[in-house]
Amino acid sequence: MNSSVKIDDFSLRSSSLRIGERIIRGTLFAASAFSVLITIGIVWSLLVPALEFFRQVPVMDFLTGTRWAPRFKPASFGVLPLIVGTLWTTTIALIVAVPFGLGSAMYLSEYASDKTRRRLKPVVELLAGIPTVVYGFFAIEFVTRVVLKDWMGLDVGTFSVLSAGLVMGVMIIPTVASLSEDALSAVPLAMRQGSFALGANKMQTTLRVVFPAAFSGIAAAVVLGISRAVGETMIVALAAGNKPNISSNPLEGAQTMTGFIANAALGDSRVGSLEYDTLFAVGLLLFMSTLIINFISIRLVRRYREAY
Amino acid sequence: MTSDSQGLSRSMHLGASTRGETVHPIMELRNLDVYYGSFHAVRDISLDVGANQITAFIGPSGCGKSTVLRCLNRTNDLVPSARVTGVIDYRGQDLYAATVDPIEVRRRVGMVFQKPNPFPKSIFDNVAYGPRVTGMKLDKSETADLVEHALSKAGLWSEVKDKLDQSGFALSGGQQQRLCIARAIATSPDILLMDEPCASLDPIATSLIEDLMLELVNDYTVVIVTHNMQQAARVSDRTAFFSARVDDAGQRYGHLVEMDQTSKIFTNPSDSRTEDYISGRFG
Ligand SMILES: Nc1ncnc2c1ncn2[C@@H]1O[C@H](COP(=O)(O)OP(=O)(O)OP(=O)(O)O)[C@@H](O)[C@H]1O
Ligand SMILES: [Mg+2]
Repeated sequence: MNSSVKIDDFSLRSSSLRIGERIIRGTLFAASAFSVLITIGIVWSLLVPALEFFRQVPVMDFLTGTRWAPRFKPASFGVLPLIVGTLWTTTIALIVAVPFGLGSAMYLSEYASDKTRRRLKPVVELLAGIPTVVYGFFAIEFVTRVVLKDWMGLDVGTFSVLSAGLVMGVMIIPTVASLSEDALSAVPLAMRQGSFALGANKMQTTLRVVFPAAFSGIAAAVVLGISRAVGETMIVALAAGNKPNISSNPLEGAQTMTGFIANAALGDSRVGSLEYDTLFAVGLLLFMSTLIINFISIRLVRRYREAY
Repeated sequence: MTSDSQGLSRSMHLGASTRGETVHPIMELRNLDVYYGSFHAVRDISLDVGANQITAFIGPSGCGKSTVLRCLNRTNDLVPSARVTGVIDYRGQDLYAATVDPIEVRRRVGMVFQKPNPFPKSIFDNVAYGPRVTGMKLDKSETADLVEHALSKAGLWSEVKDKLDQSGFALSGGQQQRLCIARAIATSPDILLMDEPCASLDPIATSLIEDLMLELVNDYTVVIVTHNMQQAARVSDRTAFFSARVDDAGQRYGHLVEMDQTSKIFTNPSDSRTEDYISGRFG
């Protein structure tokens, strides 16, 4: 075609294009290395003061002690009350978020018309955009005072894990709903058709075929909801109170791990003091908990991933 | 070409049975029209599906074979834009009558799809799914018997009997397709629809499924869509040839060119378009 084509054009030596590719590759590598480095930095900065803490307080006393009073004389560093507080708020939040989140995901993916879905999904996701401090305020002023006290006549104080958990559950609904909806919608239409062609109805198809097919995605959605609940700070700091408390009564207030950190970090603990190091010990515990949750989630996703 | 069509007619005489030449229709389609939104995809289809026969739908891609097949068990209802007019008479009832429950239709008219679509369940549960959702009251051993029966009929039992609790996804493509057939058989449908069931299969799996169809037709009625002329010739009793044409407004739509005994369609069709298609002179 072109008269200037020479045998040279068949050279197998790499052209200059490769250099551009190398630069791009390097840049992308730097980007991912950066976040890895930041993570290592965070762990390091948690680890150093936390280790200092554990030199003074035995790990076993910390993990199994039932009294959390780091500012008292004599101080006591049993973290169980904070763990129990976190368990309470997280469990209550899940009791709200899982049924409502999965319910709306199923409705949006299986039942709603295209038009309804397009309108409803952004509204559900809007819940995720509300600042958590607003949720916290809503928990104290509306849920505790109006819903629990006035409407339901419950004997609830200013602070309660019930109120904090309920509102946190509402906050997590969009996380669970949106990710589960993605997982359900990703299930191929052919699988639903297969079920309908055998005479199954919509509910049977949704619960027995689509739901199991999307299980790994739904599990990931719920686990992400759990880690958001465990790590959520503002709502619990405002609505659950700051009194460490091992209680079987959700109407009482309690302090969570995050609640303690938020509270203590605002205090005037001297850098290097035991009180200061306490923050990092709890921070490390929190970090480990979410790490374990994420780890479980990855395992779940792998185990139940369906190759369709 | 000549040697090819000779091959066809020979295999046909060897394979296709001489099952009832007179048709006892189990389904009668009258003036069936299908629309997808404003697109009038298939027009004015009238044909009979003979009881205990294999009926083949053949024709070029996009001419509406799958569309018509899906009307026979109302799976077109699952396509939101689809609309069907006309009558499909099944044992004296119109499938599209307002009082007819599509779920009841699908319990009697089963379907196997072109691409195997097992459920994310064990092999056993895949087969037991239909009986379970249709509320057949079976105890454990009856279910197990039914699963074995369906898998044996689909020619899969010996290959899977030791791993019934493994996922249906763990099977090969051909095994998955036979699993889907077993799944459809387990509900004992009156009619079994198969949309290109062998399209993703090798010749061995294909001939297994063809043998299966020939066996099934003793108890059931089978309607199959296929692009494989030899397959239509080998297994079917009657063949419907569909084609596409363009209307005055420039819209392409599918219609039925002719339907007849398979032997007649393949050796002496009434319409020259059928002959052109079958002998590969199409397009
Ligand atoms: N879900 C749908 N929505 C809109 N149009 C559709 C839909 N399904 C099929 N059609 C259209 O209807 C016409 C017939 O399609 P159909 O799938 O029935 O053809 P077919 O004969 O089965 O083709 P093939 O041999 O390629 O499977 C085509 O023009 C197709 O584009
Ligand atoms: Mg088709």
